[in-house]
Amino acid sequence: MKFTTALKAVALASVFSLSFGAVQAQTLHMMNGGEPASLDPHRVSGDWENRIVGDYIEGLMTEDAEGAPILGAAESYEVSEDGLVYTFKIREDSVWSDGEPVTAGDFVFAFQRLMNPETAAGYAYLQYPIKNAEAVNAGEMELSELGVAAIDDKTLEITLENPAPFFLGALTHYTAYPVPQHAVEEFGDDWIQPQNIVGNGPYTPVEWVPGSHIKSVKSESYHDAENVQIEEVMYYALDDLTAAVNRYRAGEFDILTDFPADQVTALGEDAAVAAFQGVHYYVMNQNAEKLQDVNVRKALSMAINREVIGPDLWGTGEVAAYSWVPPGTANYVEDAFQYEWADTPYGERVEEARALMEAAGYSADNPLKLTINYNTNDNHQRLAVAISSMWEQVHVTTELSNAEVAVHYDALQNNDFDSIGRAGWLMDYNDPINMLELLRSDIQYNYGRYSNPEFDQLLRDSATELDLEARAEILAKAETIAMEDYAALPLAFYVSRNAVSPRIEGFVPNARDVHRTRWMSKSE
Amino acid sequence: MLRYATRRVLSALPIAFIAVTVCFFILRAAPGGPFDSDRPLPPEVLANVRAYYNLDQPLFMQYLLYIGGVLRGDLGPSMSSYDFSVSELMAIGMPFSLQLGLTAFVIATTIGVLTGMIAAVYKNKWPDYLLVLVVMIGVIVPNFLIGALLQLWFGVYLRWLPAGGWVPGSWAHLVLPVAVLSWAHAARISRLMRGSMIETLGTNYVRTARSKGLGERMVLARHAIKPALIPVVSYLGPGLSYLLTGSLVVEQIFGLPGIGRYFIQAALNRDYGMVLGTTLFYMLLIIALNLIVDLVYAWLDPKVRYR
Repeated sequence: MKFTTALKAVALASVFSLSFGAVQAQTLHMMNGGEPASLDPHRVSGDWENRIVGDYIEGLMTEDAEGAPILGAAESYEVSEDGLVYTFKIREDSVWSDGEPVTAGDFVFAFQRLMNPETAAGYAYLQYPIKNAEAVNAGEMELSELGVAAIDDKTLEITLENPAPFFLGALTHYTAYPVPQHAVEEFGDDWIQPQNIVGNGPYTPVEWVPGSHIKSVKSESYHDAENVQIEEVMYYALDDLTAAVNRYRAGEFDILTDFPADQVTALGEDAAVAAFQGVHYYVMNQNAEKLQDVNVRKALSMAINREVIGPDLWGTGEVAAYSWVPPGTANYVEDAFQYEWADTPYGERVEEARALMEAAGYSADNPLKLTINYNTNDNHQRLAVAISSMWEQVHVTTELSNAEVAVHYDALQNNDFDSIGRAGWLMDYNDPINMLELLRSDIQYNYGRYSNPEFDQLLRDSATELDLEARAEILAKAETIAMEDYAALPLAFYVSRNAVSPRIEGFVPNARDVHRTRWMSKSE
Repeated sequence: MLRYATRRVLSALPIAFIAVTVCFFILRAAPGGPFDSDRPLPPEVLANVRAYYNLDQPLFMQYLLYIGGVLRGDLGPSMSSYDFSVSELMAIGMPFSLQLGLTAFVIATTIGVLTGMIAAVYKNKWPDYLLVLVVMIGVIVPNFLIGALLQLWFGVYLRWLPAGGWVPGSWAHLVLPVAVLSWAHAARISRLMRGSMIETLGTNYVRTARSKGLGERMVLARHAIKPALIPVVSYLGPGLSYLLTGSLVVEQIFGLPGIGRYFIQAALNRDYGMVLGTTLFYMLLIIALNLIVDLVYAWLDPKVRYR
């Protein structure tokens, strides 16, 4: 009797799953990774939140299918001669999903809210190029002194502290999104609850089940609604990547925004792996007595065989990093820095590195003792194990120590680690300054506390240089200085990993790894 | 019996209090905080955030504020989910976790008791061996592996069932998670039931019943089942709490919106409020279940008396 019930259950279940399969024609099912902390653009910080928020709010600038900045809520802009004043015309047909027009006032309100210390927006510093932004954010100036002003309802003027060639790109970031002043004033912090939320983007969130999914539906009031094809987007929160791949293969997901590196062959042509602007690196603690000698740091860097990291160790083809700024970064010089030993055969490099270590007084009997700290993760562990065996060849013995991510970064930020710490940086916008700033003296995420006044001065000089090419030269010089100082140890440039079903069209792998749903379509 | 129950409930309160206190201070002693990540907050911003969550107060003051809040029924804000308070998240996750856990509980207990009985009756014959084999799989293989395998077979290869996710009202989505969750539980109950049933079938009163001329069915139904269930019942309380708290792995694999998942995420994110809230919930649940089990004893075993 039990068995017949079980059989019925299975039969019924299959009917259910079949009917479930039939109704999802224009729905995009996206495995989105983590659980969003919020839908408020001023309170989010992750790429999984960006996918949702960027689908429901549109900034002055937005991204095209390739992730490059294009006009969004603005229909045009002008830049003053000195590169300091940007004047945006906001689209006449840009409206909030409740019918209210999007005004310059909404942008002013949003930028002031972002910089208001009470909002405690973690990413506010991304818009520090705006005049007085840093002071306002620190509570030293009034909100009204922020360099964002509404000339009239549809004209917005943004004044910058210094000319910033990356500013239009930075405006695609969610920190620069407008928020609906009328809704925020009416509902307060609850304006992002699904019953209150309004957006000006192609989709509007309608349902949020924490731990499961967020559902957004196409907004008919969006200015380009006629070209938006996907009618409904499901963003699933799922951290277990193996389970995600299973569900992808079961046809439940159209897009995986990440997958375990070892699944790349199993996914075959669905796997979309693309170069991504960011670097995996090892921080070298410049305060550690044993790393004071630049030749020791150089030897450590030289002794690493970077060519095996991406292709063999991780299996996803990360590109070996012999520089700090990822190749292809905008507003930069053509032949940027690369270590002169990059092309030396690995065996010779190890010889040279060993000689440097021996000159510094280390030998097989008197090895340099280092600890590699990394955040718990299979890939980071494999890398640490591999590097410690590479370093063994140059008289270095290593101890590995791992901790979960919050603990690990807490230690890095407080410079509380023995010698070597694993870190990664994904660029917030496409400009070399975003990478180089990590090595500036007074900045918190300069984990190794590298400090070189010459380097700092070059960064300051670059901020006031109007000529783009001259600025690029200054920044390239700064990179060279930091790299020759062995300020940090770049290992590999990131790649983004997506799996995209053949049913989906319009997904273009790109270096920003931004794929707005409005450019995609789905066939059965 | 009512007096006994009241006394048990009252004695549970100090236990709950101590547990929350210990949990509170252990959490704070753990390195890292809710706002540590690879992107550090600027100091001014961090100060604002910390003030918002009372984290700038002395630790003992924070503790008093928290206990005060709990007594008023306010579990405080979640530190990693800005748009929901801890109570709101619990209200969303709890019904789901309970539904999942209780469904698994009912199914596992029924299957466990039945298979245990069958195995005992057919002791050392092929039904016994077969059932022991199936049961052992549930005990030995960890649930994350069973979960992934079932997902592959039924979701990917056969496509009979959804491989994960949750659609309200669709029980098809519950089949695999419930199967994974209940397997190990059914296995344990089945083993308990088999052992205790074999023992019961060898007792004098069962022999007496048989010698009266009662059929084997009647012997089982009237005389053997009830006493054989006692060890099973003593396991049900901890078993149910295991199902409700142990659902976190299943929730993680199948992407289900239950509190087990919130609990894991909260612990990793150092979301103090959420960890304490879920701990409190689990603890009260376990205390309540143990009480119910103790009361059920009285019904099953005439030798137990409550004072």
